[in-house]
Amino acid sequence: MFFASPFALKRRGILGMNRRNVEYIGKLNNRKNFPLVDNKLKTKRIAEAAGIAVPKLLDTIKNQSELKKLHERLEQLRTFVVKPAQGSGGKGILVIVHREGDDFEKPNGEHLSLEEIHHHISNILSGLYSLGGKNDVAMIESLVEFDPIFEHYSFEGVPDIRVVLYKGFPAMAMLRCSTSMSDGKANLHQGAIGVGISMKDGRALNAVQYDRPVMHHPDTKHDFSTLRVPHWERILHLAASCYDITHLGYLGVDIVLDKKLGPLILELNARPGLAIQIANDEGELPRFDLIDTQENTLSVHERVAFSIEHF
Amino acid sequence: MLSSRLQIRLIALVLALIGFSITWYKVDVLGIPIYPHDKRSVYNIGAEISFIGQHESALISMAIPPKQQGIRILSYDATSADFGFTTAQTANGKRAEWSKRMVDGKQRLFYSIDAIIDSHAKEEEENTLDMQLEEETLSDYTKPVLNAAQTLLKDIHNHSADAHSFTALLIQHFNADAPSQTVKMLRTQNSDDMLNLLYRLLRYEGITVRKIRGLYLGETQHNQSLIPMLEVYSNERWQLFDLKEGKIPRAANFFVWQKGGVSLLDAIGVKESKITFSVSEHRVPAGQIAKHEKMLKEAPLLNFSLFSLPVSQQNSFKHILLIPIGALVVVFLRILVGLRTSGTFMPILIALAFMQTSLIVGLIMFLVIVGFGLLIRSYLSHMNLLLVARISAVVIVVIAIMSVMSILSYKLGLDEVLSITFFPMIILAWTIERMSILWEEEGAKEVFIQGGGSLFVATLAYFAMSNTLVGHLTFNFPELLFVVLAIIIMLGTYSGYRLSELMRFKSMV
Repeated sequence: MFFASPFALKRRGILGMNRRNVEYIGKLNNRKNFPLVDNKLKTKRIAEAAGIAVPKLLDTIKNQSELKKLHERLEQLRTFVVKPAQGSGGKGILVIVHREGDDFEKPNGEHLSLEEIHHHISNILSGLYSLGGKNDVAMIESLVEFDPIFEHYSFEGVPDIRVVLYKGFPAMAMLRCSTSMSDGKANLHQGAIGVGISMKDGRALNAVQYDRPVMHHPDTKHDFSTLRVPHWERILHLAASCYDITHLGYLGVDIVLDKKLGPLILELNARPGLAIQIANDEGELPRFDLIDTQENTLSVHERVAFSIEHF
Repeated sequence: MLSSRLQIRLIALVLALIGFSITWYKVDVLGIPIYPHDKRSVYNIGAEISFIGQHESALISMAIPPKQQGIRILSYDATSADFGFTTAQTANGKRAEWSKRMVDGKQRLFYSIDAIIDSHAKEEEENTLDMQLEEETLSDYTKPVLNAAQTLLKDIHNHSADAHSFTALLIQHFNADAPSQTVKMLRTQNSDDMLNLLYRLLRYEGITVRKIRGLYLGETQHNQSLIPMLEVYSNERWQLFDLKEGKIPRAANFFVWQKGGVSLLDAIGVKESKITFSVSEHRVPAGQIAKHEKMLKEAPLLNFSLFSLPVSQQNSFKHILLIPIGALVVVFLRILVGLRTSGTFMPILIALAFMQTSLIVGLIMFLVIVGFGLLIRSYLSHMNLLLVARISAVVIVVIAIMSVMSILSYKLGLDEVLSITFFPMIILAWTIERMSILWEEEGAKEVFIQGGGSLFVATLAYFAMSNTLVGHLTFNFPELLFVVLAIIIMLGTYSGYRLSELMRFKSMV
């Protein structure tokens, strides 16, 4: 059969796109709070104010005229990441891992001139990557030095951990590993691998690429079954604390592990995708239903403890 | 308080009930048919007069159609804003007259007629021969031209048997591929147009002839002007002559707007007066035609319907009312099937363009424009342009591609491609821009998925919108849009799986 039966999907508690939009995003996520997560600059400000660890903001470029001095502003930076503040789906993110004068190197070894970076930032400002094409701000962040623990599980990019929070409880998690197919990006629909992570201890459960199960990383050939995410409880704490600053009941939290700084919040997403269910080989709905039985006055600590115990 | 879900269902139910009950009333009580077949065409012929007032009193007088052979006029209607309106019988037929003491600015007047083709319809009784007797002497012609004309007429006279064959030969002579010196001279002689020139020559010859202006009833037409023709009396019957084709039979769908030599439109006290005609066809069951006029006047529901608008607006609404159908297709395919398209409603606009161009031609043109656009856009991306400038550049490129395609295909004799102008340029430019970004970021595969998805949705929307029954229902029963609205509202609350998700999550079960 080409199609699965909708009843079988329902039995497995799989959340579909329409239900996500109508019943979860529509009901739990107040429109008013969307800008807090859609604008990464705002996210960073409220996160920093609440003492939540984020990559350091080095500079912001707000209008085209500032680009004239781009050379001076990048003078001191050897490695950095350029991001549109209101980008979506990882669009418009430029990572520079090495620099030789005015020659900048991307993780895949491609070289860029200052001119090309200028063009990229100019595109960000004119709203090419922002939702609805409105004018945007470019953020320059420090490059995360990723924890070598994931070195064998990622090709060119930084693997990140996505935790889906339901009413502030960590409900499901996965590790997203870039591949040569995904061009160093951690987007699952571009060919990155999603590894379902056990809530209990951070061990890998299951890995998928293009919605199909895989055993090894296609580029590094490393077996996913031995993978275990370190600092697991800290990661869950960090993720769960994001609920208290955004008040979004259905939230995706993207976390990276820095060699020195430990887990950092990379960005938040008010419309988290559904692929995490495939990576975990489990539907989200039973977990959401269980969380619904809990009081919503619990502290971050209690919520994390509940998730570790039950999922 | 009702739960919001229940509220939505109630609203949808009420909307659907309103839609269905008005429809039922129209079908059952007013007798408007649900199906488009088994019917006769009622043609609504509209004249639109536009002019600019000069801050003085104005009198607009327009010839209105006489009763005629083969076409029955069901009703007249004049929409005249705050003008005084009368009809007057003059020596040269009936005229409609609008008047107002103080006229300023741009004004428009509408006059429309409902007519059916009816072989039993009879011509008005007329004392035809009396009014044709004015003498033509061609006195304003210079001596050499007059001589040449006389020679020409004499020559044709010798080669013809009667008034009909004389006229046929004269027209043939004037339309010859290489016109004779005489014809050239006559045509440049004075400001007479072809109709007047032929008319005067025939009168000079003493032939009983009259000018006819009319139009062919057929499919929807906009901004038409009347077709001039001549009618010649001989052997106790009138024969119609086209100014190019010569002798032609009186076509059953040829509607005579004006007979005789007087002007079509007289406008006093205004400037830039202009008259255009439009024709639109409605299908009405045969039995209803007699009641048609009465019905329109009596049923308040119809008096307040789209039928009460001027014809050209009615034609626009025929298209506008199809857009919700396209939207329904898009909603259905995105929510229930889960197709990805580039731009939410871009497929509807493309489908509207397809309706003008026909499907295959439309698809080819779309692919060519977007393909070329992507090529040129990929070059533009090296030029480091700012976004707004780049999109504007793409708009200009799209227009250039469209012009070149039109010119090339016209030279090659492919007239279909001329309809390319119906494509929404700005939307195409944005499509090119989005697809080009998509290509750079997510690769060609995603471009083909979204582009293909968009074209697929556009094609389905085209089939839904070009369906005769759908077109008939949306125009005659616009209240069915409430039902469409109810369906869309209900689909908006659908929280089940999409078809694409049954495939996506298949590995999990």
